[in-house]
Amino acid sequence: MRQRWNRRQRLLAYTMLMLLAILAAFAAGVLIPESAVAPDFASAKLPPSLSHPFGTDWLGRDLFLRTLKGLSVSLTVGVAASLISAVAAVLTGVAAATGSKAVDGVITWLIDLVMGVPHMVLIILISFACGRGLKGLLAGIAVTHWTGLARLIRAEVMQLRGQPYIMASRRLGKSSGWVLTHHLLPHLAPQFFVGLVLMFPHAILHEASVSFLGYGLPPEQPAIGIILSESMKYLSAGMWWLAVFPGALLVAVVLLIDRLGENLRVIIDPYSAQE
Amino acid sequence: MRLEAKNISFRYSRTSPWVLERVDFAVRSGERVGLVAPSGYGKSTLAMLLSGYLRPTSGAVLLDGKPLPTKGVCPVQLIGQHPERAINPRWRLRQVLEESGQLRGDVLASFGIEKEWLNRFPRELSGGELQRFCVARALMSGASFLICDEISTMLDVITQAQIWNKILEEAAGREMGLVAVTHNMALARRVCTRIYDLSNGEDQAVEG
Amino acid sequence: MEEKQPLLEISDLSVSFRMYDGSLEQRQLQVISSLSLTVYPGEVLAVAGSSGSGKSLLAAAILGILPSNAAVGGAMRYGGQPLTPERQRSLRGGEIALVPQSVAYLDPLMKVGRQADGHQKPRPTAKRRELFRRFGLPEKTEQLYPFQLSGGMARRVLVSTALLADAQLVIADEPTPGMGLEQAKEALSMFREMANEGRGVVLITHDIDLAVDFADRIAVFYAGTTVETAPAEDFRQGALRHPYSQALWRALPQNGFQPIPGFQPYAGSLPKGCLFAPRCPHRTAECEAAPPPVRTLRDGEVRCIHAT
Repeated sequence: MRQRWNRRQRLLAYTMLMLLAILAAFAAGVLIPESAVAPDFASAKLPPSLSHPFGTDWLGRDLFLRTLKGLSVSLTVGVAASLISAVAAVLTGVAAATGSKAVDGVITWLIDLVMGVPHMVLIILISFACGRGLKGLLAGIAVTHWTGLARLIRAEVMQLRGQPYIMASRRLGKSSGWVLTHHLLPHLAPQFFVGLVLMFPHAILHEASVSFLGYGLPPEQPAIGIILSESMKYLSAGMWWLAVFPGALLVAVVLLIDRLGENLRVIIDPYSAQE
Repeated sequence: MRLEAKNISFRYSRTSPWVLERVDFAVRSGERVGLVAPSGYGKSTLAMLLSGYLRPTSGAVLLDGKPLPTKGVCPVQLIGQHPERAINPRWRLRQVLEESGQLRGDVLASFGIEKEWLNRFPRELSGGELQRFCVARALMSGASFLICDEISTMLDVITQAQIWNKILEEAAGREMGLVAVTHNMALARRVCTRIYDLSNGEDQAVEG
Repeated sequence: MEEKQPLLEISDLSVSFRMYDGSLEQRQLQVISSLSLTVYPGEVLAVAGSSGSGKSLLAAAILGILPSNAAVGGAMRYGGQPLTPERQRSLRGGEIALVPQSVAYLDPLMKVGRQADGHQKPRPTAKRRELFRRFGLPEKTEQLYPFQLSGGMARRVLVSTALLADAQLVIADEPTPGMGLEQAKEALSMFREMANEGRGVVLITHDIDLAVDFADRIAVFYAGTTVETAPAEDFRQGALRHPYSQALWRALPQNGFQPIPGFQPYAGSLPKGCLFAPRCPHRTAECEAAPPPVRTLRDGEVRCIHAT
């Protein structure tokens, strides 16, 4: 059976396309000028049509452009929060695995604590404490998302530390810092990367949920959560498109990123090399 | 030089059984000691204690009367049974060798390490080839003592003879001390000057 | 042995894999090529070769448990009938048993006593206890889970499992590493006993000394093929046919410890003709042109045009 592209090459191509789609959505949101989503009462409350594919809202704003803008805000928040979270995960995971028993104990306890508290509640509390807004939301999402990856990295480093090649390295005169930067961290890189990408969809959904509930971003920043939240009042008036399209697009993007992360995992995973 | 295990005992935790109890063992430079015993007598544990991979629960491992250094290159190097575990799987073999310092062409050539192998990854070479790298790496570190724990058990006998002949040559050239853990008595008799049985503490000189 | 019906006949077996080279390029790797073997009932046939040279794939090929990216060529017959994938499925675990190399073949969630018993009804508990005892496994072992066993203990459990399965053909893939010499000998003498009772045993090993002590015939495996099949006695005498087997013999610590230089060729860069030609002292142009055919010589088989 000869194919022009093998499975991995196809997978990589799909992954690139996904990345492109997500980047395009993000860029579109940033590039659309404010004037394009300015109120225009003459065309308020229009159902989806060719000139307004997602319809317009009660102020006559084009919902398609507004959704794109909202999506890029959500993506920014999600990516930024995940990055902070992932870096925290590496620091704590490595510290727990290489530090003293006490350090490990504290970090493991912290992980259990954060995992034990419902995330939505924690995010809302932190967001409130930091004064509702971008900063609080970022802090809330970052604080709740690092635990899974930290646990994974801790286990991985602990397992690696017992490897003969790590012990041999120490006997060949390498310092623990050298071993960390030359053996441990490079080994963790792929997992870190995949973990990071798989964190995005969670972070984005959490951002949207919290904003929807009114505890996240302020209404001036039209994240998807805000758009959905505002649309609630108008649903009973029959303006179904206000919720359906932004919601569907959010779900699509989240699924896309999730798929992308899974694909990356397969490409990186050495066990999938034999096919 | 003299590498000595003085009245050492070892167990993994306070509740686990003793792996070694009150063992005395010594090897001098230029000596080659075969360490034999049925499995379960802690041959590998002793090898790891002698090379500083493990610390004794009680007793001491001494090199010329002083404890093994914990920093810097250890003068006692251990080579194990599974070379693929002793090498970072993500490194090219050049990097693996360079971990013990400058590449030495003479060592590479004498171990039959092909230049082209240096650019490969460990999974692209067989166990026999990887073991050559592990031995070369240990020798390039300038070790005074080499602890070989069943290093050729998983290899074919031609590779075994190739590697051991080179080790013997190097050991003689630099007056190294050698400990060879093995279950193969024919091999022990071939490569060692003395055979020590850990199960009963009997020492036996090898003629020839 | 000549008048007996062979239990297993393998002729011209080849196994190749589609692999990723680097992260994106794929290529076909030939790991076993034109391998031929015959196993008779009542004998232990050792397949001896270095670790990582593809011997385990032979076991997987016989049982039909190769990974899906493998391509198999050649013919296999079991009990005179072609060994089709359907027959492999129905025979393995019953008539054909594997003693796997890896401890990972044990079910991590099942106590080992239960696992060793297999699917037999009634459970052969008494027989199993007797086997465990002979292998020096403490009585309480049967109540343990695989993660509680040491490597050597787990291997002894695996051997017991196959011994209990009552198979006609046992394929033991490196059953001895992790065992002490005494236990290894105990395990191998049990395979020997099974053969004496009329079963066929294929013993895949890298340990020539043990093979010589317990096998009737030894097939020498080199770079994915068998270069020679000879009575074990010939290994004791050093009366071997193929230049590679002769080199093996001379490299044994008890027979000179003299190695030949070089290394086994890798799958993917195999020589065109005889696989041993690049290292062979008797090599001629003819050797490098095409792979030599198998020929019968002094009660054995050899794949060399110069062998006498």
